[in-house]
Amino acid sequence: MLTKRIIACLDVDAGRVVKGTRFLNLRDAGDPAELATTHALSGADEIVLLDITATHESRSILIDTVRRTARELFIPFTVGGGIRTLQDAEAIFNAGADKISINSAAVRDPSLIERIASRFGSQAVLVAIDAKKRLELNEYEVLVTGGRKPTGRTAVQWAREAESRGAGEILLTSMDRDGTGSGFDCELTAAVSSAVAIPVIASGGAGASDHFVEVFGSGRADAALAASIFHFGIQDIRELKTVLQSRGIPVRLPC
Amino acid sequence: MIAIIDYKAGNLASVKKALDYLGVEATVTDDPKVVSRADKLILPGVGHFAATAQLNGNGLRTAVQERIAAGKSFLGICVGMQWMLMGSSEAADVAGLGAIAAACLRFDSNELKVPHVGWNQIAKVRDSRLLNGIESGAFVYYSHSYCAPVTPETVAVTDYCCPYSAAIETNNLFGVQFHPEKSGPVGLQVLRNFCEL
Repeated sequence: MLTKRIIACLDVDAGRVVKGTRFLNLRDAGDPAELATTHALSGADEIVLLDITATHESRSILIDTVRRTARELFIPFTVGGGIRTLQDAEAIFNAGADKISINSAAVRDPSLIERIASRFGSQAVLVAIDAKKRLELNEYEVLVTGGRKPTGRTAVQWAREAESRGAGEILLTSMDRDGTGSGFDCELTAAVSSAVAIPVIASGGAGASDHFVEVFGSGRADAALAASIFHFGIQDIRELKTVLQSRGIPVRLPC
Repeated sequence: MIAIIDYKAGNLASVKKALDYLGVEATVTDDPKVVSRADKLILPGVGHFAATAQLNGNGLRTAVQERIAAGKSFLGICVGMQWMLMGSSEAADVAGLGAIAAACLRFDSNELKVPHVGWNQIAKVRDSRLLNGIESGAFVYYSHSYCAPVTPETVAVTDYCCPYSAAIETNNLFGVQFHPEKSGPVGLQVLRNFCEL
């Protein structure tokens, strides 16, 4: 049976893994290559590395960090942050990434999805969507540039367009929940997952194993991503998977 | 030397990296002359079946066929395995190698998501040199929308919508629909088995 994926995310700033709350208050969590290997050995199904400062500081990703992290990693490895062109993507793939994640640049120029997908295949293109609930509209709005800039588009609309342009997966982050540990936004995740045929990775808010049970159940997520709870040893991935299995959720175990 | 055949369809760095890790000498090449000297061939693949048409343009197809006829082992990965069949409904006008008398079809499901992305299990259906030391129930990483049906060459199946060929093997031809370079220790064992044939 196809299993639900547990993805460990490394938010990287200047070559170090960091983690903040609601995209702010960054603190150091370690070396990306070391953490990626540790997570892979503890049962992570994939690793995502996001250069969280690349977009607004116009820096290109630290290719060396990607190469060093990829070298001994034999599970899927995604890299995002600051990818604006086909050439940016190509450099990341050449450094050893299997998939790239694009966010602001895809909103600005959606044809970027098509160009990268036609060269490297849809399976290699994740479109990352940062969404925030607009209570007055009862909708989820897409924000770009590290969550700083509203776009006026809804998460469901944009996910559908990204799929039709060749995105292979959607990486969906709830900005309301990110870093809070209060649980994934299951309503947001279910709305997007039901609207597209491609897998949806839920992100933002993981704090306990019950949150994963919920997002794989009512949230209809295909995968769930977390960062700080794995880095700081709050949650052991193998233990998390054992809990999920006991609750009837298919996971890769033993791993 | 193992030739990893580059037909300009996606990212070959991962396969090369895995062979480097295993300490196996491998070259990424699109040169038929290099292919003609290789001891073993790997045809990776991601993306669209139509990309395999590139093999026809520059003499690679002939070079590959000659090496296979000379008894050299060949491993197709993902679209590279699909190429070993007659073709695929993804690009009906592009001919595959035709070593297996069947064609690839798209997953047909209203309930399950297509593409099939993630870790799923294999079930071995007979002895296999490629899957030596790997048990039924092992998890491997998939990313695909088209699959090869179960044929006499099938050595392992995976169930998604219906059972399909996870791995095929006939004489010196081997193929895996999953990505061994992305399937952790299980995948590295598959690659090691191929390299040690």
